Amino acid sequence: MPLDRRMLDELGIENVEQLFSDIPGEVRMEDLPLPKGKGEMDVVRHVQNMLSDNVTADTAPCFLGGGYYHHFIPAAVNTIISRSEFITSYTPYQAEISQGMLQSLFEYQSYIAELTAMDAVNSSNYDWSTALGEAATMCHRILPKKTFLVPEAMSWDKKSVLKNYVAGAKLNVVEYSYDPFTGELDLDSIREKMTDDVCGIYAEVPNLFGIIDSQAPKLKQEFPDVPLVVGVNPLSLALVKPPGEYGADIVIGEGQPLGLPMNVGGPSLGLFACRMEHVRKMPGRLIGLTKDQDGRRAFCMTLQTREQHIRRSKATSNICTNEALLAVAVSAYLGMTGSKGLRSLARINMKRTAELMERLADLEGFDAPVFSGAHFNEFVVKTPLRPEKLNKLLLRHGIIGGLPLQRHVPRLIDHMLLTATEMTSDEDMDRLVAAFREVGQ
Amino acid sequence: MSYRQARYDEPLIFELKGENDFCLMSEDEVNIPEGMERRGLCLPDIPEMDVVRHYVNLSQMNFGVDNGMYPLGSCTMKYNPKYADKLASLPTVTSVHPCQDEDSMQGALRLMRELEKALCAISYMDAVTLQPAAGAQGEFTGMLIAKAYHEDREDPRTEVIVPDSAHGTNPASAAMAGFTVIEIPSGPDGCVDLEALGAALSERTAAVMVTNPNTLGLFEKDITKLAEMVHAAGALLYYDGANLNAIMGMTAPGLMDFDIVHFNLHKTFATPHGGGGPGAGPVGVKQFLEPYLPVPRIVSEDGKYRLDYERFDTIGKVRSMFGNFAVLVRAYSYIVALGGDGLKEVSQRAVLNSNYLKSKVVPTYEMPFAQLRKHEFVVSAKTLAKEKGIHATDVAKALLDRGFMSPTIYFPSLVEEALMIEPTESESKETLDRYAQALLDIANGDPAEIKAAPISTSISRVDEVYAAKELILSWRIYQRKVGLK
Repeated sequence: MPLDRRMLDELGIENVEQLFSDIPGEVRMEDLPLPKGKGEMDVVRHVQNMLSDNVTADTAPCFLGGGYYHHFIPAAVNTIISRSEFITSYTPYQAEISQGMLQSLFEYQSYIAELTAMDAVNSSNYDWSTALGEAATMCHRILPKKTFLVPEAMSWDKKSVLKNYVAGAKLNVVEYSYDPFTGELDLDSIREKMTDDVCGIYAEVPNLFGIIDSQAPKLKQEFPDVPLVVGVNPLSLALVKPPGEYGADIVIGEGQPLGLPMNVGGPSLGLFACRMEHVRKMPGRLIGLTKDQDGRRAFCMTLQTREQHIRRSKATSNICTNEALLAVAVSAYLGMTGSKGLRSLARINMKRTAELMERLADLEGFDAPVFSGAHFNEFVVKTPLRPEKLNKLLLRHGIIGGLPLQRHVPRLIDHMLLTATEMTSDEDMDRLVAAFREVGQ
Repeated sequence: MSYRQARYDEPLIFELKGENDFCLMSEDEVNIPEGMERRGLCLPDIPEMDVVRHYVNLSQMNFGVDNGMYPLGSCTMKYNPKYADKLASLPTVTSVHPCQDEDSMQGALRLMRELEKALCAISYMDAVTLQPAAGAQGEFTGMLIAKAYHEDREDPRTEVIVPDSAHGTNPASAAMAGFTVIEIPSGPDGCVDLEALGAALSERTAAVMVTNPNTLGLFEKDITKLAEMVHAAGALLYYDGANLNAIMGMTAPGLMDFDIVHFNLHKTFATPHGGGGPGAGPVGVKQFLEPYLPVPRIVSEDGKYRLDYERFDTIGKVRSMFGNFAVLVRAYSYIVALGGDGLKEVSQRAVLNSNYLKSKVVPTYEMPFAQLRKHEFVVSAKTLAKEKGIHATDVAKALLDRGFMSPTIYFPSLVEEALMIEPTESESKETLDRYAQALLDIANGDPAEIKAAPISTSISRVDEVYAAKELILSWRIYQRKVGLK
C-alpha cells in the first residue's frame, strides 16, 4: 500500500526518506533481509502447519505437572478475555476510561486474597519463579540480612531464576533438605541452616513432590521473627489450609491451574500476596478502591511511588508489563467455579491422583509413590530405566509421560513426577499402566 | 464523533448472589493431613451467565485500540491483527506442556528458532533469547549478561550509565542486577550529552543504556561517536528496544554498534497489551556475548530441534521454561505476514504519521528541541498551563471525552507539562486529523469545562489520594473497612 501522499504534501516533502535524513549514512540499511510479506490465508496456513508437529495433551494422555497442568477450561473464560476492550487496552493509567480493567484486577486481587488468606495482592508477576525472586528480595527489605533458605526439593528453573534475582541484593541462597520417607520438609535441616543472617524461609505446599506439607505451619511457630514465604498451587487452597492462617508473610504461586492454558509454559501468572504491614515493600502494580469526584465507587492504581516509573533505580522492582489479562482470566474462571466448584475440582484432582498411585503401587519395576506424605495432584515414582528414555518410549505409545526429577533434585536419579488431573480418564491410566508393563520388562 | 462510555453501577463480583451451576460436582472423600484442612472458603457462587454479563459490562467500561486511537508515547499501541490471536489459540499452542519430550514439540521449537532468526535479521544482532517475559525483564537479562561478561574477563565493573530521558525500567533493571546507576543529563538538543557521557564513563562502567530514537522521538545524531566512546571505555552498549518501531529496515541496533538489545514484542510486533500484559522481551546480542544467553538454547541438528542446557557460561534462567510462548506465536505470525518489505513500511508510516500529527498541533502546543521526529514526539502544555491553567493532565482527561486515549503525560521529565504522542502506523490521515483537532479544541476551550473533564467516561476524575490513604486492596479489606457483608 503506498504511503498517504496527502500527508507528504502537507509536510512539503517529496518522499518519506526525507524524514529519515537524521539517521547518519554509515548506519543506514537498504532492506531487511527477510522474505516478502504474505496474505492472511497463507500466514495462517504456514503457522498452523508448523505447529501441527506438536503433540498435544488433548490427543495424548498427559501425566506432566510440576507447576503447569492440563486442566479443563470453560469456554466462557476465553470469551471474556477475548473482549477487545480488555485485550487491546494498555495498563490502566487513565483510570476514568479504564474502570473495567481496574475493577477486574481489583476482583482478581480479592480472589487471591481469599484463597491465600492474605490482605494485599499485586495484579501479577510474570510467573511463579520470578515471583519467588521478588519475594526473596522483599524479605531482604523486610529483614536486611543476607541468607535466604529454600527447599532442595524445588524446580531447577526456580533455583536458577532465584539466583539471578538475588544477585543485586547479594543474597546467599541455602538449600535445606526433605525427609526421605515422607517427602515433607526436614525441620532439623532448617534448624541446622538457621543462623542470625537469615532474611527469609521459603517452603512450598504442595511441594515439588506433590505433597501437602504438614510441616510448613511449624515454621512460623519455630521462627517467628523470620519472614516466611509460602509457594502454592492455588487449586489446592480449595481444600488445604491457606498460608495466611499459619503466619506466612508472603504467598506466591503459579496461577496457571486456575483456568489458564499451558501455552508451552507461557504466558502464565505469578501470584504474589503479602500481609498488609509489608505492602509498601511489595513489587508490582496494586489496584485500590476509591471514589470519583461525584462520590461513585471507583478503582485506580495506587502506591505507585514503589514503582520504577516514579522511583527509578530505588523502585521495589523493575516490573512494568505484567500478566494482567491472565489475572482477568483467573477471576473469570473462579467466578464460574465459585467455592463449590473449586472444592469439587480439587477433590477430583486428589482422587484421580490417588487412583493413579494405586494402579502403579504393585507394578513390577516401579516404586510408587516414593514418599508417604499426602499427595495433591502429583507424586514421585521410581522408574526401572532413565525417565527421559521412558518418556520417549511412552511417546511411541501416544502418551506424554512424567517429569524427570534429576535436573531438579540431583540425587533423584531415575525418579519421575507423575500427575493426574480431572482430565485424566480411567482409560488414560489403563494405557499408562499397560505401557509401563511393557517397558518395565 | 461524540463519545460516551458505558456507565453501569456494576457490583463487585463478590456482591453478586445466585446459584452455582458449575457442573463438575464430586463429593469424593479425600485425605488432607491433620491440621492442614481448610475451614471455610468464601468465593461467590453464581451462575455462568451472570459471570459473563458481569465481565461484558465491565469490558464496556474499558478502552482499547479496537475502540479508538491510543497514542500513548513509547507504548506503540498499534492495531493487533486478529489472525495472530487465532493462531495463539490453537490447541497446538494451548495444550502443549512445556516439559514434553523434544520430539513431541518440534513445531514449537521450530517456531521459536525461526523467530530468533527473524529478530536477528531485523536488529543485525547475532543471537537472540526469547525467554524474558517483558521489556523490563529483557533489560534485566541484558544487565546480567553484561555483568557475567565483565566478571569473566576478571574486570568486574559496578556502574551503569543511563540518560535522564530513559524509561524508569532502565535504572530499575540495572539496580536489580546489582549495578550502581549513574544518570546523566540530556544536552540542550535533547540528545545524550557526549560531554556528560565522557565525564561519567570510567573503568567502573559496565554498560550504557540508550534508547534510540530516544523518548523525545529524536534520533541520537552522534550515535556512532557515542558507541565509540562507550567501547573505548571497555563498557557495553545496551539498546532499549521500546522505540524500535521507528527504524525497522532503515537502520538497526547492530549497525549502530550496540552489543545487547531487547525487543518489546507487545509494542513493535503487534501483540496485544492485555490491559498491562502479557508481553515478551526477547534479547539479542553480538556473537561474543552469545555464550551468556539464558538456557535452554534451541539448536537444530539433522533437521531436528533440541534443547541445549549444557552451556558453561550461561547466566541460567530469568523465567521458567521458554518465555511467553503464546506471545511469541503472535509476533512470529505478524513478522511472516508483514515480511521485510512490510516491516520497513511500518516504520516509514509510523514516522510519517508522527511528523504529520506534530505539524498539526505545533505551535499551539510548544515543541521543545525543534527537530525532525521519529515515531513519536513530545510537546509541552507549559504555556497553556501558565496562561489558562490547563495542565497536561487536563488535556489528557479532555481527550478521553472526545473518544481518544490520552498521550503519555509528564514523561520524559526533562520536558515540563509533557505530552508524549505516538500515533503508530495504524492510524489513517482522517483519524490523525480528528485527534489534532481535538487537541486544538482543548487548547482553545473554556478552561472550566476542560478542567471538569472527563464527563463522558464511566466515572469522573478519581480520588487517588483516598486510594493511597485507605489502601483498600481487596474485598477482605473492603469488608473490614466499610463493615459490609
